[in-house]
Amino acid sequence: MQLSGLSSGTLYDKVWDLHRVTELPGGSTQLFVGLHLIHEVTSPQAFAALRDKGLSVRCPERTVATVDHIVPTTSQSRPFADPLAEEMLSTLECNCADHGITLHGIGSGRQGIVHVIAPELGLTQPGMTVACGDSHTSTHGAFGAIAFGIGTSQVRDVLASQSLAMSKLKVRRIKVNGRLADGVSAKDLILHVIRTLGVKGGVGFAYEFAGPAVEALSMEERMTLCNMAIEGGARCGYVNPDQVTFDYLNGRAGVPSGAAWDRAVTWWRSLVSDPDAVVDDEVVFDAASIAPTVTWGITPGQGLGIDECVPGLEQLEPGERPIAEEAYRYMDLQPGTAIAGVPVDVCFIGSCTNGRLSDLRAAAAVALGRHVAVGIKAFVVPGSEQVAKAAEAEGLDRVFLDAGFEWREPGCSMCLAMNSDRLEGRQISASSSNRNFKGRQGSASGRTLLMSPAMVAAAAVHGQVIDVRTLSLQVTV
Amino acid sequence: MSSFPSGPVKQVVGRTLVIRGEDIDTDRIIPARFLKCVSFDALGDQVFADDRRECKGEHPFDQERFQGASILVVNGNFGCGSSREHAPQALMRWGIRAVVGVSFAEIFHGNCLALGIPCATAPAAEVESIQQRVMEAPHLSWSLDLELERLTSEDQQWGIAVDEGPRQMLLNGRWDATSQLLAHGSEIQKLMQGLPYIDGFSNS
Repeated sequence: MQLSGLSSGTLYDKVWDLHRVTELPGGSTQLFVGLHLIHEVTSPQAFAALRDKGLSVRCPERTVATVDHIVPTTSQSRPFADPLAEEMLSTLECNCADHGITLHGIGSGRQGIVHVIAPELGLTQPGMTVACGDSHTSTHGAFGAIAFGIGTSQVRDVLASQSLAMSKLKVRRIKVNGRLADGVSAKDLILHVIRTLGVKGGVGFAYEFAGPAVEALSMEERMTLCNMAIEGGARCGYVNPDQVTFDYLNGRAGVPSGAAWDRAVTWWRSLVSDPDAVVDDEVVFDAASIAPTVTWGITPGQGLGIDECVPGLEQLEPGERPIAEEAYRYMDLQPGTAIAGVPVDVCFIGSCTNGRLSDLRAAAAVALGRHVAVGIKAFVVPGSEQVAKAAEAEGLDRVFLDAGFEWREPGCSMCLAMNSDRLEGRQISASSSNRNFKGRQGSASGRTLLMSPAMVAAAAVHGQVIDVRTLSLQVTV
Repeated sequence: MSSFPSGPVKQVVGRTLVIRGEDIDTDRIIPARFLKCVSFDALGDQVFADDRRECKGEHPFDQERFQGASILVVNGNFGCGSSREHAPQALMRWGIRAVVGVSFAEIFHGNCLALGIPCATAPAAEVESIQQRVMEAPHLSWSLDLELERLTSEDQQWGIAVDEGPRQMLLNGRWDATSQLLAHGSEIQKLMQGLPYIDGFSNS
């Protein structure tokens, strides 16, 4: 094992150099992909292209599959009620069987949202390059991996060659000083960062999240943070691995043990950004000043602290005004409207952003001893079968059910509404997911307010957006 | 509609249409319900489906004057959000062969390149003037020249920029990366031997 010869630099630089195969004619770099994750939506055309070209899968053991986007969250018995969904899953099953790829299917105990299961199975590790045909692959950067979403042609390329043609990004350090206040979560932090830097501010950058407030986050919180780097335009985001990372990984299925574990930790530590590493840009935030944050508009950058009002055009940069006007119309929210008190119809807790055990605990702490408001549909979709099992073992399902929430089967669900979980007409949701784009949650006129899972639970019991910090909690988690 | 891109892409010639707006995401370009498919074939009819329904025939992709256009002119951060290649696939299958805008989301940009579709940029004021010209005279034939980095209508021209790497790949017909990537199998083998996680850190 080589430990020497690593150049001084950021983790991004080091991991890039370790995975660089060659420079391709035309200026891009051929980058080796250490872990390739696939799912049913963006892989079938890639396998079809392999067949057309007579190519095989180069490293089937380095690709792992699951099914998440189209699975129903009510009954998951086969065949699915939706024949198109059934066709997509059976196509994935055939492709994985034909090429010797491991598929964590429904009922395996390991199925779930791809960005939830890979970390919990110990597949995602520091220093890897991770690619998946899904933009939220940035999630895996929480481990100090360089992880990015790709399109289907690139899925084909990774299957065929275990590598990609890529261009190196610049690195922007997002340094967060201080500590998040009680009731303020990683979701609030990332919504605040995106609100500040804009949805295109990160284009061309990898975001290195650093500073005391980031170091204080759990792995699940770091995943939430990196998950939404893409919503700020940054194709990948990462956190340097530390003891929190190693403690999370130790003992997981895909992680080495014994002497190999010690070697792994030594290698992982060697990849951490050097203190003198030069970054292309640095932006500093103060964690203590961040409030629970909620989006009011149609991009994840249109966020507000819970005590704020929808901004008027005069408060916005000229470039932001047209989309703000579009958002006023679409959301039917006028400048000056306080975000607290906006009524909601549907409350969704789940997704690759906030569908992990700690997210469900935070929401359950709010739901405990309370009840969903009259007329509100509220449902909880665990991020994976393992999350569901762990939550049920500690009784969170009962807390939610007693409070009037539905407790569903794992999947992507209403984050993107490819299954039957969707908004109807102009319904407005409080959602722990990652995108509030027009039509995102399955209705062309449906509206989405993004917020943390605890804030979604609070909205569910009050029927409107409310500052979760004003509620007393019977348990602390 | 001309055939899908293959080989060197030096020039895209045809009529032009305009989609205005910042941060137009790939959910807008192709809503998620149309991703329930195992082939891209049917996506051309579904491009901008919800926006088109809302516009009741007045959406640029439906308007008679823009039918058959092959160059799309957009604003900033076009194609943000989901990595779905279904978005450029849908545009391509409708007939788009080049996109000009102020800026593009990275994954979308890469997905276009993988299909042989250049994404060219120009400053906001220039894009605005291009869009205005198109709206005034939608019948004009335009040419996007990758060698000269120039967009020309019958009577006017604008400088455009295409990132140098993608530009060379398009000009040389090397934008379909698969064969280049496959040419370096032995280097990959060697690289894997130097990565300790490949064998689970079993070698001390």
